[in-house]
Amino acid sequence: MSKTTIKLNVNGQSVEAQAEPRELLIHVLREQLQITGPHIGCETSHCGACTVDIDGKSIKSCTLFAIQAQGSEITTIEGLGNPDKLHVLQEKFKEHHGLQCGYCTPGMITRAHRLLEENPNPTEEDVRFGIAGNLCRCTGYQNIVKAVMAAADELNQPEAVA
Amino acid sequence: MNDDPAYTGQTFKSVGTRPLRPDGVDKVTGRARYGADFTMPGQLAGLVLRSPHAHATIKKIDISKAEALPGVKAVVTSQDLPDVTGGDRELLPILENCMARKKAFYDGHAVAAVAAIDMPTAKAALKLIEVEYKVLKHVTDVDKAVEPKAPVLHKDCFTRGVDPKPEKPSNVAKVSTFGHGDVDAGFEQADVIIERNFRTEQTHQGYIEPHACVASISPDGSGDLWVCTQGHFVFRQQCAQLLGMDVSKLRVTSSEIGGGFGGKTHLWLEPVAMALSRKANRPVKLVMTREEVFRASGPTSATSIDMKIGVTNDGRIVAGDATLRYSSGPWAGSWAMLGAMTAFACYDMENVKTTGMEVLVNRPKTTAYRAPSAPMAAFAVESVLDELAKRIGMDAVEMRIKNAAKEGTQASYGPVYGPIGIGPSLDAAKNHPHMKAKLGKNQGRGMACGFWFNFGGQSCTNLNISMDGSVTLTVGTIDVGGARASLSLCVAEELGIPYEQVKTVIGDTGTLGYNEMTDGSRGTFASSMSAIMSARKAIDEMRHRAAKMWEISPDDVIWEDGHARAAGDTNLPPLSIADIAAAAEKSGGPIAGHTQLVADGAGVSFATHICDVEVDPETGSTRVVRYTVIQDAGKAVHPTYVEGQFQGGAAQGIGWALNEEYVYGEDGRLQNPGFLDYRIPVCSDLPMIDTQILEIPNPNHPYGIRGVGETSIVPPLAAIGNAVSNATGVRMTHVPMSPPRILDALDEASA
Repeated sequence: MSKTTIKLNVNGQSVEAQAEPRELLIHVLREQLQITGPHIGCETSHCGACTVDIDGKSIKSCTLFAIQAQGSEITTIEGLGNPDKLHVLQEKFKEHHGLQCGYCTPGMITRAHRLLEENPNPTEEDVRFGIAGNLCRCTGYQNIVKAVMAAADELNQPEAVA
Repeated sequence: MNDDPAYTGQTFKSVGTRPLRPDGVDKVTGRARYGADFTMPGQLAGLVLRSPHAHATIKKIDISKAEALPGVKAVVTSQDLPDVTGGDRELLPILENCMARKKAFYDGHAVAAVAAIDMPTAKAALKLIEVEYKVLKHVTDVDKAVEPKAPVLHKDCFTRGVDPKPEKPSNVAKVSTFGHGDVDAGFEQADVIIERNFRTEQTHQGYIEPHACVASISPDGSGDLWVCTQGHFVFRQQCAQLLGMDVSKLRVTSSEIGGGFGGKTHLWLEPVAMALSRKANRPVKLVMTREEVFRASGPTSATSIDMKIGVTNDGRIVAGDATLRYSSGPWAGSWAMLGAMTAFACYDMENVKTTGMEVLVNRPKTTAYRAPSAPMAAFAVESVLDELAKRIGMDAVEMRIKNAAKEGTQASYGPVYGPIGIGPSLDAAKNHPHMKAKLGKNQGRGMACGFWFNFGGQSCTNLNISMDGSVTLTVGTIDVGGARASLSLCVAEELGIPYEQVKTVIGDTGTLGYNEMTDGSRGTFASSMSAIMSARKAIDEMRHRAAKMWEISPDDVIWEDGHARAAGDTNLPPLSIADIAAAAEKSGGPIAGHTQLVADGAGVSFATHICDVEVDPETGSTRVVRYTVIQDAGKAVHPTYVEGQFQGGAAQGIGWALNEEYVYGEDGRLQNPGFLDYRIPVCSDLPMIDTQILEIPNPNHPYGIRGVGETSIVPPLAAIGNAVSNATGVRMTHVPMSPPRILDALDEASA
């Protein structure tokens, strides 16, 4: 099958990939670009493990053909922060033990990042509904909710730098 | 004293604190590598062809067209996985499940597999494999499978455990009975007897990471397997046996694991990946889709349980008798046996009898799911107890307190208990503020107890002191819930050094002796016992090294707060681990402690849960509004992770109680193999889950530790069932209590 050149900006870098029309974005990210932070849990857009941020929206990257992302700006967990300089959410997930196995964590944090951009002062209920598209099977979500609330608090401090 | 596992009653510095997890940064940044994140040069893409039929004879498989497709490097069927098990009762079903032989036994059963240069080619090849089936009558329901006219899955299945041996084959693979006393005499003394049938539907562990592995088998008979698993040593043992390899020539490396809950204790596609790699002479990656995970990997049993319990008017349980039918998929398991053992384990009973029946059905092979089999049995027992308490006008907690097992009680499954936590957990529930909180409209409160054995078993650890004095602990048990942090805490405690100075790693199968799996809540219990012994051996070694450096007798060197100190009034300054390690080259070489042991005496575990629900009488929809878990941990090494296990198990139990179930059509096909129609709890479904950790030390572990991972899923079905029953006034007997079932129950009650 013929392949199309797809130009993307991923985590601040311009990249090109060759993709078949039917190829999903998550496969291009993981297999061609070696960005393996976004995980595959279902490939039917229910679990949210593959969540990335595309042009300011949370997108389950198994929902999108790669070609549909042509020209867009994509942020994955790798682009939110790195081991030297963690994003506040990454810091808070670590600090509040907002994970056990960690498989849902990249998608969960990426989704929470967009949630806090959209709603910087969420209630617990806002957080619970805001991340309801991301499944976690280990934690009962308790420490995830705590971590997101704590990140919101810190981001709302006047001196905070995201 | 180095290898004495007895509880010492010591006070702790590190154990019981809540440090950050060592795998935290990797997991929040996407660096952590899971099963599907590993690739090898020259790697092929594998895919499995699965039966669309619930029960069919495989008459012929023609792979010639698939093999001829350019880019296809190997196609395998059962012929490429010949039976070298010698008919082993445990191994042969694993082989048959990984690749169907004469018959396909369930919708999703693997019948062939391909390895190709890329996924599109593999997909195209799969379509070119021609399988000729003869479709047979099937049975997926656990009760229908035991009916005399049910289609029999295996013509050579004669029920084991009954005397005399049956004359005809059936779908009841095994019967196991437990108990003591005389239940008939016991029921004679009863003032009230309640007898009911309970049903629970099949659920999946629902780990978010699908099964994945990369296999590379060399023509010289050696090989590597990279895999997400709960037990890489067990995988190595079984894979090598199934492929006819020397065990030591297969090296298995475990990836980070994206959830397991029992489902990754079993081989599903690893032997197939190895067979493909062996045939193609290239590395092969196999990753399941979510649909495959549901259709073809380990769900728990569906059950049908006849429960009969009698009490006196003052609340004494005088007899309990249960028959428990557990589906085990197409091959025998020990699932009904575990249900029959755990059912009455919380109570001190004079007359008790349980009969477990392993029932074969055309569904995927049943696998462990967190305290396997215990939640369903507890659902039946705890529901009837609640109803009995109501009938005699006694408080449900008080009645359980009156009957709770205690130290010295003979368990219904045989052994005599040591110190246990059922009584204390009930007392804590009685005094918990949750019990006194006011309920709103359409709300009800329920409580229930639960038990799990906890496993011990073989463990092996290495502790190595680096030249800078930092410490590496190598263990052979997978970290599923924070065990690396907990094991580091134990080593830090024993050596008397900060937690941050210890790094715990999971070794591959080439680095250690055999380790059993992370199952049965054994990971932290067993590996910590071994790690503590390894640390003690390293301390002993360091005392000798210090003695050599000081030129005094080792008997005059004591170990205190991470330092060797010369006993008595000397001017010798204490030596740190770093000091001793720096001189190791001159004092005898690298310093290490190695231990291999069988961790006996895993303390049994008990929990009591309290739950409030709100039931919408219009829709039958149920919401858990408050939930409390009280459980004995022996000693909570890292309390946050203990709480995490309590919460996670309760959340899974809530999903099971209210929503989750396998739905099979008349055609025997699974109708909901995806997270849309098999709905696990999402964040907005759940309340915060309160936890209370009790610490009744396990006398068989130096720190008093008990396993904590599983018991938390045992009470929820019953606790929620009791809460819904109290909210609606209708006794719920069928899990999950999904909206249609609740509406039906309400309709039936008002009719």
